[in-house]
Amino acid sequence: MRSFAYLSAPDIDTALHAVSAEPNAKFLGGGTNLVDLMREEIEQPDTVIDITRLPLAEVAELPGGGVRVGALVRNSHLAAHPLIRERYPVLSQAILHGASGQLRNMATVGGNLLQRTRCVYFYDTASPCNKREPGAGCAAAEGFHRNTAVLGTSEHCLAAHPSDMCVALAALDAAVEVRSVRGVRRIPVTDFHRLPGATPHVESDLAPDELVTAVEIPPLRAAANSRYRKVRDRASYAFALVSVAAALEVEDGRVRTARLALGGVGTRPWRAREAERVLADAPATEEAFDRAAEAELAAAVGRPDNAFKIDLARRTVTAVLRRLLTTDGSTP
Amino acid sequence: MTSTAAASVVGQPVSRVDGPLKVAGGATYAAEFDPGPGLCHGAIVTSTVASGRIASIDTAAAEAAPGVVAVLTHRNAPVLPYHEHKGLTDPPEGERIHLLQDDRVRHQGQPVALAVAETLEEAVYAASLVRVSYRPESAVTAFSDAVAHAVPPGPRYRDRGLEGDGGRGDADAALGAAPVRIEAEYVMPRLNHNPIEPHGTVARWSEGELTLWDKTQWVDNVRAEMAAVFGLPPDRVRVVSPFVGGAFGSGLRPWANVTLAAMASRHVDRPVKVVLTRRQMFGITGYRPRSTHRVALGADRDGQLLAIRHEGVSETSTYETYAEEQLGSSEYLYACRDVATRYRVAPRNVQTPNDMRGPGKVTGVHALECAMDELAAALDMDPVELRLRNDTIVDQSTGVPFSSRSLRECYQAAGERFGWSRRNPRPGAMRDERGRLVGYGCASATWPAMRQAAEARARLLPDGSAVVSSSSSDMGPGTYTSMTQVAAETLGLPLERVRFELGDTRMPTAPVHGGSWTMASLGSAVQAACAEARRRALAEIGRADADLAAVLRQIGEPVEATVRTEPGDELRRYSAHSFGAVFAEVAVDPDLCTVRVPRLVGAYGVGRVVNPKTARSQITGGMVMGMGMALTERTEVDPRDARPVNSSLADYLVPVNADVGELDAVFVDEEDPHVNPLGVKGLGEIGTVGVAAAICNAVYHATGRRVRELPVTVERVLGAAVR
Ligand SMILES: Cc1cc2nc3c(=O)[nH]c(=O)nc-3n(C[C@H](O)[C@H](O)[C@H](O)COP(=O)(O)OP(=O)(O)OC[C@H]3O[C@@H](n4cnc5c(N)ncnc54)[C@H](O)[C@@H]3O)c2cc1C
Ligand code: SF4
Repeated sequence: MRSFAYLSAPDIDTALHAVSAEPNAKFLGGGTNLVDLMREEIEQPDTVIDITRLPLAEVAELPGGGVRVGALVRNSHLAAHPLIRERYPVLSQAILHGASGQLRNMATVGGNLLQRTRCVYFYDTASPCNKREPGAGCAAAEGFHRNTAVLGTSEHCLAAHPSDMCVALAALDAAVEVRSVRGVRRIPVTDFHRLPGATPHVESDLAPDELVTAVEIPPLRAAANSRYRKVRDRASYAFALVSVAAALEVEDGRVRTARLALGGVGTRPWRAREAERVLADAPATEEAFDRAAEAELAAAVGRPDNAFKIDLARRTVTAVLRRLLTTDGSTP
Repeated sequence: MTSTAAASVVGQPVSRVDGPLKVAGGATYAAEFDPGPGLCHGAIVTSTVASGRIASIDTAAAEAAPGVVAVLTHRNAPVLPYHEHKGLTDPPEGERIHLLQDDRVRHQGQPVALAVAETLEEAVYAASLVRVSYRPESAVTAFSDAVAHAVPPGPRYRDRGLEGDGGRGDADAALGAAPVRIEAEYVMPRLNHNPIEPHGTVARWSEGELTLWDKTQWVDNVRAEMAAVFGLPPDRVRVVSPFVGGAFGSGLRPWANVTLAAMASRHVDRPVKVVLTRRQMFGITGYRPRSTHRVALGADRDGQLLAIRHEGVSETSTYETYAEEQLGSSEYLYACRDVATRYRVAPRNVQTPNDMRGPGKVTGVHALECAMDELAAALDMDPVELRLRNDTIVDQSTGVPFSSRSLRECYQAAGERFGWSRRNPRPGAMRDERGRLVGYGCASATWPAMRQAAEARARLLPDGSAVVSSSSSDMGPGTYTSMTQVAAETLGLPLERVRFELGDTRMPTAPVHGGSWTMASLGSAVQAACAEARRRALAEIGRADADLAAVLRQIGEPVEATVRTEPGDELRRYSAHSFGAVFAEVAVDPDLCTVRVPRLVGAYGVGRVVNPKTARSQITGGMVMGMGMALTERTEVDPRDARPVNSSLADYLVPVNADVGELDAVFVDEEDPHVNPLGVKGLGEIGTVGVAAAICNAVYHATGRRVRELPVTVERVLGAAVR
């Protein structure tokens, strides 16, 4: 590992000034992704700014029923928080389906948002990877790409976004609050992560000198009946092959509100707006759920190792919605 | 008089004697030893082509990096004698890579340089600065291409009894005439041992003597190999390895870390530590080779086997031939007149595979036992019944009787505990309370009972305690504990008064800790050494029997005996194997096709069980490994460049707690008077054998679909669900 300067920021202003003064600096949250990447020499910051002392570890209720989550709230804390468990069960479940207990105890909300892909070639510096080294080529396209995406890919990169938490946040229309010396701004979480296009190394809308300070989740009645389902190779401690975050509200046998997002299949946490459109006001039937899933996946591009995810995602969407139908009190 | 408590200690579920030390962090592992002042750290630079020559290697930046003491490459590394050395665990054909001795690259991940620095971080950083360019040469990178040029194992394997072609009668004719036939191909991916402790070595030279603290299952062979590599008399090399953090076979051969640490230490004249990274564990150590098997079975309508044809091919490297006994079980497991086996190895530009828990058998039995299930289905016969109908008390491959065989008893015991009788034979007919498809499957397990020469020393002390030692290893099965039991019982001393020591070349010579033969081999030596020491002590005071502790106090000085024991001709007169039966229950999500294993139940006939607690633990650990093989584990090797791609524990998936349901392992009562003085047949590896087949067979029973390529992943089951 290359030597680097270490700074433990006592307050937000110090952190922001330090990062704006140092072009090759990285914030350190729980370190569960950054430190691994530094060990593998994929990230080589000159300065590491430890932000864990910043006062950003609160979960607070917002007027109007939403919830504000500080960027340094640990994943395990967030998943266990009563406000989250009551209002957004899908978010709590998504987090608990990610990583391991030990990792969740360390991982922060900001770090989870910005965790990098698990494409195996990205981690092996001996392989060409456009995300790691723009223009080098993509070893996954013709190589092993079982854990890459089928939605939102480009010829330059197919890497899947690995987060579970972000899939739930996408379904919930959360917003990310970011700060820099230039001020504060809010980015919808569905715009926060970028599609790879021709620049897969640019993964988010965040500028290098910006700090994620919070995530805000707006109130959503349908979220009371919400669920996260993750399909993976082992029962725990594995990234998603396919995951689905869904919230469903049904009235008189028709879908009143449906929120859907997919994980494991998208180059970013995949809000399934096409499926939501099909579901809007549709009869709440398995057939409609299937149609909605198919509509969303129509644009999917499968490759030999990952084409199965298209069928698997359809099945998972349908299974989750079917399950929500039986748990939604408003359905006869 | 011998106290009764001590006399009955063999066969008792004694807790690990080294447990408290390990739990409290007091056990010192190889890379944790302090060799004294001046320790520096080595970081390995590895090749990024499968075959070729190093065109240029630029170490300037690395040498200028902070803390760097030296950077070794083939250009400046000392020329080493590399005398011929082939231990039992080395492939008899071919020659190991001579590290940093020339510009040749034979596989991805081959060490091409070593950066030595004051700290690990500085060494790793310096290693990242070494720039290597290659002149690639044509390479066999895809397994399918290697298979096209597969060859028999070779003459030196033939000398070891591994021919390549085997069997009896005319299997093809018998198959042609059989009224019921099945034929199928099974694919098993490469598997890595992945012990939690990575391989690591601390090397120190002083006055021409080399001391190595190493992670190994065989200190004596590390000594012999290093003596050969460095051209030293073996007595100038000492290897110490008291604790091993898991190995599963990965500790059977010394890897590059040993030679490089020793080489660098001599070069910089300071102690050097070299530990492999997890990624390097996939590129430098061996592994269970990828293999493809084809099995054809013929039977009459009553399920009597008429023919077995079993063909298998597995990968090896281009510089050594690694072959394993994959098909032997098809020749002796069941009664069958006409059998043909054909085994080939496929050279590929990869590093050499090596034995991984249950080598050969895990692979071959998987294919055979999946095929047996397919035959049972074709016969419309209960799969257990099919096995029992072909049970035999004579090993038909050699014509000699089994020393003991309880396959039938194992099926009965495990089947009862499992509740096999509740099985609805129709695939897809059973569901659990959550609506998941339930499947029951079974398979046989077998592992040969072997024995090696072994030597142990018993030293009885005036305070009435004893220290017993041999250069063995304990990578987890409980050798410290079971040997203490054997010693305590033989000496007639309480368990707490006996200490067993291992893992040092200064001790009497133990065989390699592998092959499931440690209890049979070393246990016999420990028993003999303790009996002899006791006899000497009693003789000293002229008594035939007495309380040993009192006798020792009376003698007032240590009494010692070192005894070497060897197997006789018993294994020529009998065919000796452990047998077992394993049952699996799977639950398959009908929508998403995920497979879970709520239960595994196995029963084993292994002769005498010295410690039922560690024995059970050994078997259940083996079962988990089998479950990993069945459902999650595989080393993906990029067919374009032969580079392992999932070289991390985040990408190579071993089962986690949540995957493991109920594990039930029992031993059937079995007395084997023939195998060895202790009557033990070995149980270190059999727990893994057959597990994957039982799970695959259960998946078929749950879904009606045969998944013939491991692991059984979601996509392989997808679309098969009976809805
Ligand atoms: C073995 C393993 C398995 C895992 N399995 C899963 C899984 O199944 N599902 C899943 O979702 N995740 C999984 N993870 C990933 C885990 O969720 C992430 O590592 C974790 O969320 C990252 O959070 P952190 O605080 O440790 O981030 P860090 O490692 O500290 O940081 C990650 C990145 O975010 C940046 N950063 C951190 N905080 C901020 C901030 N406030 N503002 C701006 N930038 C910031 C850092 O600079 C860095 O670039 C797994 C990780 C491992 C190691
Ligand atoms: S898919 Fe993306 S991350 Fe993976 S190798 Fe290609 S460019 Fe790199």
